[in-house]
Amino acid sequence: MEKSKTNPNKDFYGKTLMGIEIFVRSLIEENVDVVFGCPGNAVLGIFDALLEISGIKIILARHEFGAVLSASGYARATGKPGVVVASSGPGASNLVTGIADANMDSVPLVIFTAQVPTKLIGNETFQEVDIVGITRPITKHNFLVTKIEELTSTIKSAFHIATTGRPGPVLVDLPRDILAEKFTFDYPEKVNLRGYNPIYSAHSGQIKRAAEIINNSLRPVIIAGGGVTISNAFGELRELARKINSPVATTLMGQGVYPEDDQLSLGMIGMHGTWYANNAVNESDCVIAIGSRLDERVTGDFNKFAPKAKKIHIDIDPSSISKNIKADVPIVGDVKDALKKLIPLVKNLNNEEWLSQIKKWKNEHPLKYKSTDKVSVPFVIEKLRDLTGANAVIVTDVGQFQMWTAQFFKFLYPRTHITSGGLGTMGFSLPASIGVAITVKDRPVISINGNRGFQINLQELATVTAYNLPIKILIFNDGHIDITRQWQELQWRKKFDEILIDSSCPDFIKIADAYGIQSFRVEMANEVEPTLKKALALKDKPVLIEFKTIYEENIFPYIPLGGSVSDIIEH
Amino acid sequence: MRHTISILVENKFGVLTRIAGLFSAKGYNIESISVGPTEDPSISRMTIVTNGDDDQIEQIIKHLNKLIDILKVVDLTNEPFVERELALIKVKVNPYTRGDVIEISDIFRAKVVDIGPTTLTVEVTGKSDKITAMINMLAPYGIVELARTGVVALKREFKGEVYTSKEIKLIKKKSRQKQVEDDEKG
Ligand SMILES: Cc1ncc(C[n+]2csc(CCOP(=O)(O)OP(=O)(O)O)c2C)c(N)n1
Ligand SMILES: [Mg+2]
Repeated sequence: MEKSKTNPNKDFYGKTLMGIEIFVRSLIEENVDVVFGCPGNAVLGIFDALLEISGIKIILARHEFGAVLSASGYARATGKPGVVVASSGPGASNLVTGIADANMDSVPLVIFTAQVPTKLIGNETFQEVDIVGITRPITKHNFLVTKIEELTSTIKSAFHIATTGRPGPVLVDLPRDILAEKFTFDYPEKVNLRGYNPIYSAHSGQIKRAAEIINNSLRPVIIAGGGVTISNAFGELRELARKINSPVATTLMGQGVYPEDDQLSLGMIGMHGTWYANNAVNESDCVIAIGSRLDERVTGDFNKFAPKAKKIHIDIDPSSISKNIKADVPIVGDVKDALKKLIPLVKNLNNEEWLSQIKKWKNEHPLKYKSTDKVSVPFVIEKLRDLTGANAVIVTDVGQFQMWTAQFFKFLYPRTHITSGGLGTMGFSLPASIGVAITVKDRPVISINGNRGFQINLQELATVTAYNLPIKILIFNDGHIDITRQWQELQWRKKFDEILIDSSCPDFIKIADAYGIQSFRVEMANEVEPTLKKALALKDKPVLIEFKTIYEENIFPYIPLGGSVSDIIEH
Repeated sequence: MRHTISILVENKFGVLTRIAGLFSAKGYNIESISVGPTEDPSISRMTIVTNGDDDQIEQIIKHLNKLIDILKVVDLTNEPFVERELALIKVKVNPYTRGDVIEISDIFRAKVVDIGPTTLTVEVTGKSDKITAMINMLAPYGIVELARTGVVALKREFKGEVYTSKEIKLIKKKSRQKQVEDDEKG
């Protein structure tokens, strides 16, 4: 931070301060504006100091799992690091699933956990867990601070590592005695990490090879993933696609990086992707994967993926390239940099035949759902889309409705579909939407849930109420855990109804009442639009809507796990 | 294929666990691992011997490079390198076999470093296959205890005429190939 007049730390450089104050001033240096956390004995001092010294907002969640997912929602919506503070022992271990979730989806988080005093570490001290050991495989990096001298440099490194290269969660464990020590405050200008040098600049030789393949292709397809969002390369992606007239499929994590109402858009690719996206890749002679790990949900059977295509793979993480699918031209680097270098080298292609083939496919194999007088999820999603003009941030939980949302919302804008893509964490939506609603004020924030996933973190309704966050909470209640049924039915042709019925599902309207949140229940198709309108009109307060939806509806298209295009099941 | 990977790491706590964790999480086996300081006290060198096909090794190296505390990773397998391991072997002996064991040790240029009424401990250094050969020779007498250091290795700078037996095989193979190609052309 500049040592200027407006810098709140300007009078404190070189002064001897308590560790806890050094911690808070370090967050000020990193321009942190909000911290998500849960109170606990070991961190009360931190919250106290935050309130007293800084203008940093504190959002107290009801569960550490909620806190870390809220931070994740904040980070996904803004691209800025989400900051978490949690207590030692159970406070720290409660974070684990949220950290793993962020790690999979490359979400920058900096997580501070309290630890027992250094002398007592390893003694089975009250509320001690080895959180650095537990989170080692699910963080980008983690630290245990053992000396007050290292506090500021560790915090600086943590923010640097979390936000650069392929972003990810970084955890810093803070023993209590360190925060109670005194030391001179000075914030380092630079990090000292000689082993960490992410590659941003794409190799021009590789770019040339890629351009040559593209220029000689007849049926190119772009697969755009979450890396395009992280790199803010939306403009470049559009420019490339238009210049070479290539259709663009997005992964689940990539939704919003390319407008789905555009002619060249193929919608989502993968297990529940569109028929035409998956078939276009299958027929393509040149697949350009941009900022995607190409995981098995995207590709299906690795050996049958894009069998006719030369594959160009751009990613900042070298280990994501040629992991599942061997790349003909691997390009390591920042997506934006790579595209900027690639665009001038590619020719204007027209691909007339290829595009008319795709247009034909789109007409022959559109996304469909059964219409009914009752409520079906895709119908609600389409109405929601019409009413908001896609100008809303949609935060989905995990289940059937997540895939229907991905298919039918037709995303137009970056960072408007926030979802747990890699880990598929049930209970994600409500807490994540809290983190989004803290920072997104110009668009409605809509949390989309199933009956079962919603119950995992419903305690966070208290957080919604406490901060009066105007989230519109939708619950699709089919009385079942439906996505699991679909798998059983389609993969194993069996039914285990006693497992799949959500037997003691609570009355969500009463739950909303209990938390002081206005609510509606919708049971018929003709009530959908008026109710959504009412809810969206209540701009400055939370609303919960329960949709009683039809059960035994499957999501199509569907490529069974490990299958390929030839195995697509349609409606 | 057997790969010898040389890694320079920050000399910090937890680094070994990160590397070991990476191998175990991916289900790769570590045949041997050795760690020690380098000429720079803030840096340690780790030498890991592992097995895997080219794709697996490529993934391992990419993942190792991603670890923040790792400074440099080199797969020595594709270039000439010096490789050494040390073993201490405690062998069961009696007055009749002691001479044989000492003779075998001499052949392997091993040193006797401890002697007891019923055992003899020898120290041997060399490439891993030499050590394994010696262990096989001593096995019939009864090996009481065995400690191997695991491989340490450095890239070979010498560019002269001396080659390891493996390299000689490779050179011969290449010249045979060239011969065949020349024959076909001519
Ligand atoms: C933490 C966690 N546990 C289990 C699962 C497996 N799982 C995925 S979806 C699902 C059912 C979701 O049910 P519901 O929220 O009612 O949505 P529906 O599929 O019925 O629309 C389950 C159990 C998961 N993804 N995450
Ligand atoms: Mg359900």
